[in-house]
Amino acid sequence: MIDILIMIISTVGALVVLIAAIGIVRMPDFYLRLSVTVKAATLGVGLLLLSAAVYFATLPVATKVFAITFFLILTAPVAGHMIGRAAYITGTKLWKHSVVDDLEGKYDKDTLELRSDIDQADREGELPASNT
Amino acid sequence: MNLRDYLTWVILPMLSLSVILVAYRFFKGPRIVNRVIALDLLITIGIGIITIFSIQANQATFLDDAMILALIAFLGTVAFSYYLEKRKGND
Repeated sequence: MIDILIMIISTVGALVVLIAAIGIVRMPDFYLRLSVTVKAATLGVGLLLLSAAVYFATLPVATKVFAITFFLILTAPVAGHMIGRAAYITGTKLWKHSVVDDLEGKYDKDTLELRSDIDQADREGELPASNT
Repeated sequence: MNLRDYLTWVILPMLSLSVILVAYRFFKGPRIVNRVIALDLLITIGIGIITIFSIQANQATFLDDAMILALIAFLGTVAFSYYLEKRKGND
């Protein structure tokens, strides 16, 4: 009975990892590939680790599994954010069918600061009378 | 079919196929950022393979290596993104 439970959990985890691997090959864009990677890191490997915790069924292994899963869930979004920011700053192109780029023109090229009102400041410089 | 055969003939081939697909993206990847996320995903799949192998070998000690790999993967991705930004800032 426990074996069947371990089989089901590890099968779902391996399927999620396999779908993520297919996605990182087939996705047309860096940012879409990045959105696939984080899901595999958290859900797929978390389920594989959970199957190990069910198999050994002791407190030290469960603590270890919880520590690894917690660390993965904690660090995957941070690493994804940092590599996405570095990719956008170094000029990675979006997919040609992407509809909107929310960050376009909002990064200061010299200081690499993110501002929401760079366009507005430029417009105020051109037309000072239209400032409300 | 007992658990060990199932893990050997179903789960580990699926994870190995994932490693091959991600390695294709790792060698092909048009820019360095694609290679960085492919490396991150390779190490993450490696954590899963170590976990399945620890079940197979009945050795819970192998999970320590998985923890170390999780630490190294995070550190590598952060270091790569940090120096990519610095390189852009210099030139």
